[in-house]
Amino acid sequence: MRTLRFRLNGDDAEIAAPDHWTLLEVLRYRAGLTGSKQGCDKGDCGACTLHVDGKSVLSCITLAADVDDREVTTIEGLVGPGGPDVVQDCFDESGCLQCGFCQPGMIMAARQLVTEDPNADRDTIKAALASNLCRCTGYTKIYEAVENACKRTLAGDTGRGGRLADLGGGGDEARAGRESA
Amino acid sequence: MAGGIERKSINRTHGPDAPHGEFHRVGKRARKVDGIGKATGQAVYADDIQLPGMLHAKTLRSPHPHARIVSIDTSKAEALPGVHGVITGADMPTKYGVIPWTPDENALAVDRVRFVGDEVAAVAAVDEDTANAALRLIEVEYEVLHPYLDPKESLERHDPAIHEGNKKGNISKHVELEFGDVAAALASSAHVIEDDYAFHGTAHAPIEPHCAVAQAGHDGVLTLWSSTQIPHYVHRALAKVLDIEAHRIRVIQPHLGGAFGGKSDPFYFEFCACLLAMRTGRPVKFLLTREETFYTHRGRHPMDMHFKTGCDADGKITAVDSKILIDGGSYSSFGLVTTYYAGQLLCGPCHFPTYRFDSTRVFTNKPPCGPKRGHGSVQPRFALEIQLDRLATKVGLDPIEFRRRNFQGSNVETVNGQTVTSNGFVECLDTIETASGWKDKRGKLPRGRGIGMAGSMYISGTNYAVYPNDMPQAGIVVKLDRSGLAMVYTGTSDIGQGSSSVMATIVAEELGLRMDQVRVVAADTDLTPVDLGAYSSRITLMAGNAAVDASRKLRKQVQEAVGEHLDVPAGRVILADGWAFDAQDGDKRIPSREAFELAESKFETLAAAGSYNTPERGGDYRGGTIGASPAYSFTAHAAEVEVDFETGEIHVEKVWIAHDCGRAISPVQVEGQIEGSTYMGVAEVALEDHAVFDDPAHPEAGLHMRPSLLEYTIPTSVDTPELEAHIIESIDPEGPYGAKEAGEGPLHGSLPAVANAIYDATGVWMTKLPFTPGKVLAALRAHESGTPTGEEA
Repeated sequence: MRTLRFRLNGDDAEIAAPDHWTLLEVLRYRAGLTGSKQGCDKGDCGACTLHVDGKSVLSCITLAADVDDREVTTIEGLVGPGGPDVVQDCFDESGCLQCGFCQPGMIMAARQLVTEDPNADRDTIKAALASNLCRCTGYTKIYEAVENACKRTLAGDTGRGGRLADLGGGGDEARAGRESA
Repeated sequence: MAGGIERKSINRTHGPDAPHGEFHRVGKRARKVDGIGKATGQAVYADDIQLPGMLHAKTLRSPHPHARIVSIDTSKAEALPGVHGVITGADMPTKYGVIPWTPDENALAVDRVRFVGDEVAAVAAVDEDTANAALRLIEVEYEVLHPYLDPKESLERHDPAIHEGNKKGNISKHVELEFGDVAAALASSAHVIEDDYAFHGTAHAPIEPHCAVAQAGHDGVLTLWSSTQIPHYVHRALAKVLDIEAHRIRVIQPHLGGAFGGKSDPFYFEFCACLLAMRTGRPVKFLLTREETFYTHRGRHPMDMHFKTGCDADGKITAVDSKILIDGGSYSSFGLVTTYYAGQLLCGPCHFPTYRFDSTRVFTNKPPCGPKRGHGSVQPRFALEIQLDRLATKVGLDPIEFRRRNFQGSNVETVNGQTVTSNGFVECLDTIETASGWKDKRGKLPRGRGIGMAGSMYISGTNYAVYPNDMPQAGIVVKLDRSGLAMVYTGTSDIGQGSSSVMATIVAEELGLRMDQVRVVAADTDLTPVDLGAYSSRITLMAGNAAVDASRKLRKQVQEAVGEHLDVPAGRVILADGWAFDAQDGDKRIPSREAFELAESKFETLAAAGSYNTPERGGDYRGGTIGASPAYSFTAHAAEVEVDFETGEIHVEKVWIAHDCGRAISPVQVEGQIEGSTYMGVAEVALEDHAVFDDPAHPEAGLHMRPSLLEYTIPTSVDTPELEAHIIESIDPEGPYGAKEAGEGPLHGSLPAVANAIYDATGVWMTKLPFTPGKVLAALRAHESGTPTGEEA
């Protein structure tokens, strides 16, 4: 057992876990952050992808002890006080979320790309997502989601102000409804 | 009809049209009801469930492909600190199977193991490490038996039989049906193509491994959360195997991380989690490793297929004759249905005047096969569509024109007695022909590059439940209240295909609501009416009709109450976009919330149940109801490929798909199903191969060759061809607003379209999947050296 100290989604975290536990186990079974998924437990599928110091990492093959003093961001940590991140919002908007199990990892990989290269073309996007397996979509709508996230990012849109922020006003659908009624 | 059941109530309230003249929700591009939850990590899947005091369970598996269990000693495992429960087959001797006619599975092996990985014992402990340590302390003495690893051997011998007491030896199911005089039709045909085809076996490989959590409540209620696509059938199986009254069991399907047919059997881990929870008094989680999912399997059956197809001098098909050997693996699963589907689902979109099929499913000592997306018909469709292309070549017709010439039409009965209602196949053909630039490409691309096509059909749900009964196939409850919210309670399993969003869309359409005014509770046997589950592409048509049925009862009440309030006839009240208003004076309007208040005042608490059952369907012969469906989808694929003559690698560049799904209730989701199906089908051509070491003398006989996502290569983004989906809407009289299926049909043509494109690129007919580089290279070299293959064989 060891005590791990790192930054987790912007907060200081101090978590005791067995020495051999992976970062994914610590997050899911100690921190209660179950957004990062376990699809293979050996680094093949990418469903556990999250960010350590802003870079995508496979948390199922990362020893938790390795992130001491580092900044860990999970899919839950992308959501800000104003709502989901622009990449999360674009994934929802595109309809690419089918079963959704690969998507936390996919979105984290996409988030890094959108941050680093918002001018990415489709081939660059394909290459950036090649470590994240999706079994539902054939990837097509995922590319559309990422392209849209790039476009919105370049236009200065963070994606905040989603449905939570809209609770008072009824959201996009309501606006559309009010307009069409 | 199945079990002599008379159809009592058929709800035909749906109609093809919008309830208020124009659609406000149906056919619109909208977000899914669960999309943002999944994108933000809020969606809860089975393995995300943590209960206080929860134990973790693991399974001891057979190291032998076929053996008798002489003895099991669990005493050392039980004594290990941290172990709370150890169970073996003796604890659950009742056999089960998803098809009630073939119950040949035990939750844990009773006296025999039938494949490497067969489940022998289960342990619940404080954590997975302790449970795994306990498994190593269980002592099992086996008497090794002859392993059957070749389906042909299972046909020929059965001593020892894999299932002792099986009167048919090692045969799981045999079906032979003939419609018309096939021999005579072939004899008088101008052209006959006869060849052998093979499908190799593939896995579903959803990214979520199977997982179940069980809790035995001290109130006497057993609750199981499971990654299942058939909560109702699991519910029934638990009651049977655990010998508990069904009303004391609750099955909940949380968010589910992909299934594709692989989670549509009741599974050992579900029974074991429940029994261990009952024995220990603590919640038990049973999570499979990725490797275990490959042994749990139920994937697409390997098939050896001999096909003979004839046509006349004008290219009209005269006869189709097939003989198919199906490798079922070690248990029945849906195998009875698979054996029928291998023949029954080919009789469209082309018309056959005569047809015969002879399919035999045998047991082998391999992981059990089952239903994978396009259950039973993907393999023979591969063979048939290559045969049709070869006939077209013989006659000198373009493959698309050949299929147009043989189109069966709408509102027809197929040669095997199935009723086809709407049929948009010709529009599908027209669409892929134009979109792909077919006429400029076919036969005109440079050597090594080619374009090919294929057609297919699929069911929109199977007409009869797996157990005969005269209750509805789909039930739904909609509740309205003064908050302005419509709650939908549906037994349907959203496995990612978007069924909850489809239900919400229909209810919102009927009751004139915005999407945020509808919420869905799905797949919880305590809370939701019975729906048979997410299989055979049945939900949109069947549960969709039930949703229309329930909603229309409520709509009538709301219209009446609002009509009184506005002083207009009820029939003039329109419900749309969150409002109720007078069709003739849009200013006379109130928000839905107030409309519901008025209705609740007038009619008291507002809730309605809706249901759907299928119409009478199917041929008048034994097995004639298998393959029957209220409506069929149709698809055409065109694939452009490049073949590398140096390496034998096939690169599928792009696939154009036109799919007739009837009315597209959610076009975004239909496109997603078309793209996902085609991705999955193309992957089965060259990349994916679910195989075990099949030489009995091999020291690892029966072991899976590729039990990981590194070795079992499902396509990454860079392996996936460009996919262009087109929706064709033939409005069907049976579906809600005319909707049919979209989830499985668009897989079928992917495989033969690639094979037919390889012919266009190289002049070689590839017939034995998977098309690995070595196999392609050998075929190319044989072709170049003039050795007869394919065409001349």
